[in-house]
Amino acid sequence: MPLTDAPRIVTARLSYPDSYTIERFLETGGYQALRKALTMTPAEVAAEVDAASLLGRGGAGFPAGRKWSMLKPDPVTYLVVNGDESEPATFKDHLLIERDPNQILEGVIISAYALQVTQAFIYVRGEFALGLERMEQAVNDAYHHGALGRNIFSSGFSLDVVVHPGAGAYICGDETALLESLEGKRGFPRIKPPYYPAVIGLYGQPTVVNNVETMANIPWIVANGGKAFAALGGGRSCGTRMFALSGHVNRPGAYEVEMVKVTFRDLIYDPQLGAGVRGGRDLLAFIPGGASSPWFGPEHLDLPLGQDEVGQAGSMLGSGSVVVMDSTTCPVRAAWRITRFFARESCGQCTPCREGSGWLERILYRIENGGGREQDLDLLLDVCDNISPGVHWPPEQTTICPLGPSIPPSIASSLGRFRDDFLVHIKDGGCPHG
Amino acid sequence: MSYFNAAMAARARQLVSLYPKARSALVPLCHLAQEQDGWLRPEAMEEIAELVGVTPAEVRGTASFYDMLHTEPVGRYVVSICTNIACLLDGAAELLDHASERLGVPVGGTTADGVFTLEEAECLADCDHPPCVQVNHRFVRTTTADAFDRLIDELAAGGRTEEIPPHGTLVRIRRSGGLRVPPDEIARERAQRAQGDG
Ligand SMILES: Cc1cc2nc3c(=O)[nH]c(=O)nc-3n(C[C@H](O)[C@H](O)[C@H](O)COP(=O)(O)O)c2cc1C
Ligand code: SF4
Repeated sequence: MPLTDAPRIVTARLSYPDSYTIERFLETGGYQALRKALTMTPAEVAAEVDAASLLGRGGAGFPAGRKWSMLKPDPVTYLVVNGDESEPATFKDHLLIERDPNQILEGVIISAYALQVTQAFIYVRGEFALGLERMEQAVNDAYHHGALGRNIFSSGFSLDVVVHPGAGAYICGDETALLESLEGKRGFPRIKPPYYPAVIGLYGQPTVVNNVETMANIPWIVANGGKAFAALGGGRSCGTRMFALSGHVNRPGAYEVEMVKVTFRDLIYDPQLGAGVRGGRDLLAFIPGGASSPWFGPEHLDLPLGQDEVGQAGSMLGSGSVVVMDSTTCPVRAAWRITRFFARESCGQCTPCREGSGWLERILYRIENGGGREQDLDLLLDVCDNISPGVHWPPEQTTICPLGPSIPPSIASSLGRFRDDFLVHIKDGGCPHG
Repeated sequence: MSYFNAAMAARARQLVSLYPKARSALVPLCHLAQEQDGWLRPEAMEEIAELVGVTPAEVRGTASFYDMLHTEPVGRYVVSICTNIACLLDGAAELLDHASERLGVPVGGTTADGVFTLEEAECLADCDHPPCVQVNHRFVRTTTADAFDRLIDELAAGGRTEEIPPHGTLVRIRRSGGLRVPPDEIARERAQRAQGDG
């Protein structure tokens, strides 16, 4: 593990070229954690995960143990795994699905045992053709190995898993939209309440929804104990986490590092990680946790990669994706492209999100392309305020799902930090960055 | 008079049987129809409607929500180029322009010979290889204009078919494990076992 001596938890196998095969998986301890779990009671397994203080890796960072404890007892309950990864610049689940699908599956089977669910689904983003094939193969192999199906490893526990392909819609990453999609409908996020799928989820039954990386941590936690996991990291952010680093760095990639013990500076500049800004240029800004997170500047480089630490500094770790922008980047263009993404992906149920995203995109487009007016800057903030009153962080929630309030942060960040740049665009009638 | 050919029809029935409720198979069945024909024909939507117990309009309404499901014909190769933030920082807009020129179609267009469709994609989650390009949802990792042209030449000449099947074929691994035991039956068995233990 770069920088600290924490073990690799979810990427341990990735250095093998055949890391995705059942043979390599079994040779490197695969299904040992499942065998161990099956000798414990379901409650004991859940207690280990709770003791691990494993925060969900899908974006919201909700403790997995607590989510599990909320599952309403019912004869029919489900586990649904979120592998829809479509958040801009997030590419860690893609890697885990393609390179170690068996590990995810082992996590799913253990979790299903702990939760005593009757059926699990792994929802994989449709655009991951290879990932879907590898996951399907892993499921087939697990059945033939006795790790899935009836009476798993003669334990009396039975489980079926279905790999479900998405079909291209970012919004299906939202857990309630994902459930709608899995039911064969359009991916419209559900109106709350009910707030928790753990009470009313798939087909109206209690359902736990967890992210792919969250699942990938489960075998290690069961094999080594929740305490060992909780001993890594710091504060509420325990264990290791994958960070997807992209943009203007010398070595973009998805890196597993120990939480809190490593800073953004380490991630971006350490020779084993990002290895610095490309061309030795200055850092303009970076996006710390996905398209919906407020941007950080060079003054934030020494912040530790911890959920609460980054939250208190005014942004979020979110989906674990860090985008580095160097001094040649046009902040207007960057904000425009992110806004256009939200405008394209809004499901259209809520007026502020549906209309607001389009207006914002058009205003930013005209500023970038020379048609901007000075009043546009106030107009941008005004529209943002209509989507999420106050435009503060964390954003006010006004819509059915968090996508709407996710639109203002990149605009407010870009405009707040680089107002002069916006004004030059307007005065010069175009983009000074060419 | 059925839409799916015999082999596809068997797979369609298996897909429906995998889910507790038939409607969940709607999107997978749409993928299956695209594997057969490259796109979703009206007859396909009618048969899928029957298989999952909804109206054809509901199938169309659902399918139209998803970017990967095409209710109009597309090329044998759908080329998707991401221009989202990470790729934008690394020349994606320029590569998309180049692709449009090379293929002679605007974004969203299909070449006259029906071989290529060009799409501008949102983030494809391969951001350490920007700009990210997929052909029929296979990552091809051609990040320069030259590499892109070579890829197009190869595909046009009928190459790389092993790695990149025609549009619509998504998952080539067939499910071979997993008896279908309805969840309520498992729950019943479990309740009986619990009673037996106690
Ligand atoms: C618009 C939107 C998109 C999301 N996309 C994803 C995603 O691609 N993958 C994911 O795991 N969670 C995503 N989430 C978060 C999920 O709703 C949910 O919190 C998560 O899957 C729970 O898993 P975890 O507790 O293990 O993190 C998204 C949420 C929203 C609002
Ligand atoms: S906030 Fe936007 S994406 Fe979310 S439900 Fe409303 S319209 Fe749909």
